[in-house]
Amino acid sequence: MSVAGINVLVEETRAIQAGGKPPLLSVRGVSTYYGSVAALKGVDLDVGEGEIVTLIGANGAGKSTLMMTVFGAPQARSGTITYEGRDITRVPTHAIARLGIAQSPEGRRVFPRMSVHENLQMGAALHGGRYFAEDLDKVVALFPRVGERLHQRAGTMSGGEQQMLAIARALMSRPKLLLLDEPSLGLAPLVVKGIFDAIRRLNREDGMTIFLVEQNAYHALKLAHRGYVLVNGRITMSGTGRQLLDDPSVKAAYLEGGHAAPAAGDAHA
Amino acid sequence: MDVFVQQLINGLTLGSIYGLIAIGYTMVFGIIGMVNFAHGDVFMVSCFIALIAFLLLTTWLGISSIILAFLVVLVVAMALTALWGWAIERVAYRPLRGSFRLAPLISAIGVSIFLSNFVQVVQGARNKSMPPVLSGGVTLFERDGYAVFLSYKQCLIMGVTAVLLTGFWYLVQRTPFGRAQRACEQDRKMAALLGIDVDRTISLTFVLGAALAAVAGVLYVMYYGVVSFSDGFVPGVKAFTAAVLGGIGSLPGAVLGGLIIGLIETFWSAYFSIEYKDVAAFSILAIVLIFMPSGILGRPEVEKV
Repeated sequence: MSVAGINVLVEETRAIQAGGKPPLLSVRGVSTYYGSVAALKGVDLDVGEGEIVTLIGANGAGKSTLMMTVFGAPQARSGTITYEGRDITRVPTHAIARLGIAQSPEGRRVFPRMSVHENLQMGAALHGGRYFAEDLDKVVALFPRVGERLHQRAGTMSGGEQQMLAIARALMSRPKLLLLDEPSLGLAPLVVKGIFDAIRRLNREDGMTIFLVEQNAYHALKLAHRGYVLVNGRITMSGTGRQLLDDPSVKAAYLEGGHAAPAAGDAHA
Repeated sequence: MDVFVQQLINGLTLGSIYGLIAIGYTMVFGIIGMVNFAHGDVFMVSCFIALIAFLLLTTWLGISSIILAFLVVLVVAMALTALWGWAIERVAYRPLRGSFRLAPLISAIGVSIFLSNFVQVVQGARNKSMPPVLSGGVTLFERDGYAVFLSYKQCLIMGVTAVLLTGFWYLVQRTPFGRAQRACEQDRKMAALLGIDVDRTISLTFVLGAALAAVAGVLYVMYYGVVSFSDGFVPGVKAFTAAVLGGIGSLPGAVLGGLIIGLIETFWSAYFSIEYKDVAAFSILAIVLIFMPSGILGRPEVEKV
């Protein structure tokens, strides 16, 4: 794709944002380092309220690093991250969670030696468990498998079940902004469909803003309002989900010829 | 048989004290993966706090009820020792978090040296003794002139240990704080992502460990009646051994390890020779670790990915 093409997309993205309110989450010129190695090199990205925004990119592009940088773990070395107009770049991780951002992180990270129920209680911990019963019903309706296994130790569940638990746990904190890091990784096609349906419902019915990192670019771009492409720590392209899906370079790099795409994600299962 | 029962009582008493100290080692190791070498000296400081508090209460304030005095001393010692535990973590360990693995360990050895020398300077180097309290007991049974004796002190030690451990178990297993504590132990970063203040949880872990060591300290001075500035080392190492034997990181393991070490020591002293009781205890540790490298109740380092 030509430089001019990128600029057109960038302009269009700005136009979409200009119509609405200031973005819920705004990332400006963020660079993150592991030691002396730069994982993110001046990333700019916005997530508007009520949107589903997806970030696609290859392994090691820095997608998960960006998710964790939003949470200040690790903190950005330069640049700013704003949430609801407030600079959160130097706010400690646990305080960021308390502002209404939740994450289902890379590798799921359920607490393996706790029961599913306790994992969900941990998700609700920042409200002191005030809405626990009510929210438990909700996430169980969304993920019945989680409800069937409330008293099992989380570490003994299958990868797919752990993934559902990780999302359910994130939902228990009643987030305004939900970050999902590869929710489809390692899941059977039917489960992936279920999870993407759940994401769509959360966005449409509850108005939840969702920032989604995915390798399964086809599904993610179909679902998302807007998308960004991250290559080696830099945003190289952005646009609506449709635009990116139709873009030849995105097709070539991430969709493997378009039609093979849905199966590409399943190869992980 | 008579000797056996008597030694069983003595061993369980001693083991209770080791178990209480061992919890502090095992909890701190569980949450930040560090052996807090100063923990034995925190225990020693609590012995002095208990001794001073007891003398103040009985001689100056003239409180004559032993049970009342004991409860006040227990609360005072737990509170002040907890404060020490909190301050040590804040000053000596927290600034080193994120630096190389050995740094806090070296710092802990420094704190240990500081505490024993500090107490030596302010309290003197000689043994301090405590007036005997709660003497007497019951003779369980007597045969061939050998009386199996259970002193009230031993009852108190085992009783207090059992009650506090039950409360502690409830705290860790059933309360939001306990859940946060276990979450930090399993995945600190994830706990932070869920809004848990990890630093605060670590602080509270030190506070709890120190408070339980203080309970052990109160019971220790009551039982033995003397304490010196160097008394942190040997019980500290024994309790650490107990924690490793039971499986470091495991709370029931710490208590079980404490009881086993206490029992080995008393039985070895009774049936073989008192000089080699420590050798026996450490040999059992070595043998157990050969066959069960993660301790009796420890979990092997395998996690499903």
